Amino acid sequence: MRIRALIRRICEQLLRDKRTLALLFLAPLLVLSLMYYLFNHTGNASDAKIGVVKLNPQIIELMNQQGMNVVSYDSADKNTLVKDKLDAVIEMQEGGIHLILKNNDPSQSKALQMRISQATSALSEMTQEQGNAAAPKLSLTTEYVYGSADTTFFDTLSPILIGFFVFFFVFLISGIGLLRERTTGTLERLMSTPVRRGEVIAGYLAGYGIFAFLQTVIVVLYATLVLDMNLAGSIWYVLLTNLLLAFVALSLGILLSTFASSEFQMVQFIPIVIIPQVFFAGIFPLDHMATWVQVIARIMPLYYGADALKSVMYKGLGFSDIALDLGVLFAFAVLFILLNILALKKYRKL
Amino acid sequence: METTVKVQQVSKSFGKKTVLSNVNLNMEKGQIYGLIGPSGAGKTTLVKMLVGMDMPDEGMVEVLHTPMPSLTMLQHIGYMAQSDALYNELTGEENLRFFAAMFTMGKAEQKERIGYAADLVNLKDELGKKVSAYSGGMKRRLSLAIALIHNPSVLILDEPTVGIDPELRQSIWNELTRLKNDEHKTIIVTTHVMDEADKCDMLAMVREGRILTRGTPEQLRQQFRANSLEEVFLQAGGKQS
Repeated sequence: MRIRALIRRICEQLLRDKRTLALLFLAPLLVLSLMYYLFNHTGNASDAKIGVVKLNPQIIELMNQQGMNVVSYDSADKNTLVKDKLDAVIEMQEGGIHLILKNNDPSQSKALQMRISQATSALSEMTQEQGNAAAPKLSLTTEYVYGSADTTFFDTLSPILIGFFVFFFVFLISGIGLLRERTTGTLERLMSTPVRRGEVIAGYLAGYGIFAFLQTVIVVLYATLVLDMNLAGSIWYVLLTNLLLAFVALSLGILLSTFASSEFQMVQFIPIVIIPQVFFAGIFPLDHMATWVQVIARIMPLYYGADALKSVMYKGLGFSDIALDLGVLFAFAVLFILLNILALKKYRKL
Repeated sequence: METTVKVQQVSKSFGKKTVLSNVNLNMEKGQIYGLIGPSGAGKTTLVKMLVGMDMPDEGMVEVLHTPMPSLTMLQHIGYMAQSDALYNELTGEENLRFFAAMFTMGKAEQKERIGYAADLVNLKDELGKKVSAYSGGMKRRLSLAIALIHNPSVLILDEPTVGIDPELRQSIWNELTRLKNDEHKTIIVTTHVMDEADKCDMLAMVREGRILTRGTPEQLRQQFRANSLEEVFLQAGGKQS
């Protein structure tokens, strides 16, 4: 009864605040689209700077024709590549060509790899035509400084982005929504009525939850249907994960608003609470980083959300593979909700 | 007369700062009890204890013979804080309806109480407007209406007339007097405006967390042989220092 009244009030308030609604529903789509076009541009290999070691002059000639900047080395490895800011190193080895790609920009890497494999196969054909039919076909081995072979940047980024936007906007709006209640005194007034603390939190979770749910559905549908993002697994798991993530953000936003005394202070939580989560959510692979870095990642809700989303959207895994992630998210939500109920004691001791 | 609100030997400190020390008060049914004192005297802390939002470090607070804090007692207490505490995006009626729902009442009762409370503060024709379009006085009146929505027998008003024009102040005090006489409510008002204190039945002067003196306005004036309450207050305060 009281919870229903709380939910109704929150809906009425939000529906009248058109700007906030637009932020909640349109901003993620806009930013997602922009990111999509930024990261999904066709790679350009023609101005790449490439180091070559003992490479067949014919191939160098071919590469120069394509406008690549070719530098010859006696020997080169990953360090040379990084130090001299090369995009790739091609080394002729016994029986094949070894290619080291910096892979800073996966789309460029893809383009480079394609050019070079064309060049090598052209070379193989040439040697065969020259009567040396017995010459072994040149093999091409590829090594990556960053990332791996099957990465297109946006493929790995998009699940994280979707999770992030849901997390960020729900966090911001629920946090500031409750903060406004604190600063205007309506929360205090609410606590002077016989409503229970649990009822208040339940009302908030459900009220803002409705909007978080709608946002999640819109973002996921837009990302998969309009932007045609890679979705290998089931869309239901994507929705489920995002929904849990939204609940964590919702309860965290409400909780942190306890520690802010103005909207400005609430916004100050963004660089502290939100931004680090983006970096630790898997944009950079954490597997080979120091243990303490990995420990930090594991206290961040977005890490689990992004991991589950990546598993479903990118790797096409099913429920059993994301169950642990979802469980941790659920635990985060429960923890924050309990803390919220405790934090309301600030307003009423009962 | 029946004692409705009892404050017994209440002390409270925030950290090292003592906000209330050994406060004793008894308030009766059908009485307007004024707590007067300068800002920072501890009035708001005392009032918050009556509503159960704060707890005394020592002593106890009883409302209608029930120790506070008590959730069920809140059903019988109307509280109006210093700030208006309204939802600006909502209309006056929606604000009233929301708080009415917090006190769990049926649809019919809700409607009746909203009509009654809005009538009381003269806002009936403005209920459909958003609160953001209200004037300062209208907001204050709506805030008072919310405090009355559940027909509480104890009404606690923290500086109800701050920032209100004289005419509206007059009408609010007329209403408080009517509620006291006709409905026998216990009304507790904090103020630092001395001429308002004159309208109270009983006064307690609060300063630095202590009750300096108490009594009817007339008693106080005689006790201190003063012409105005302002003088009483200055004298009572002067004795301490």
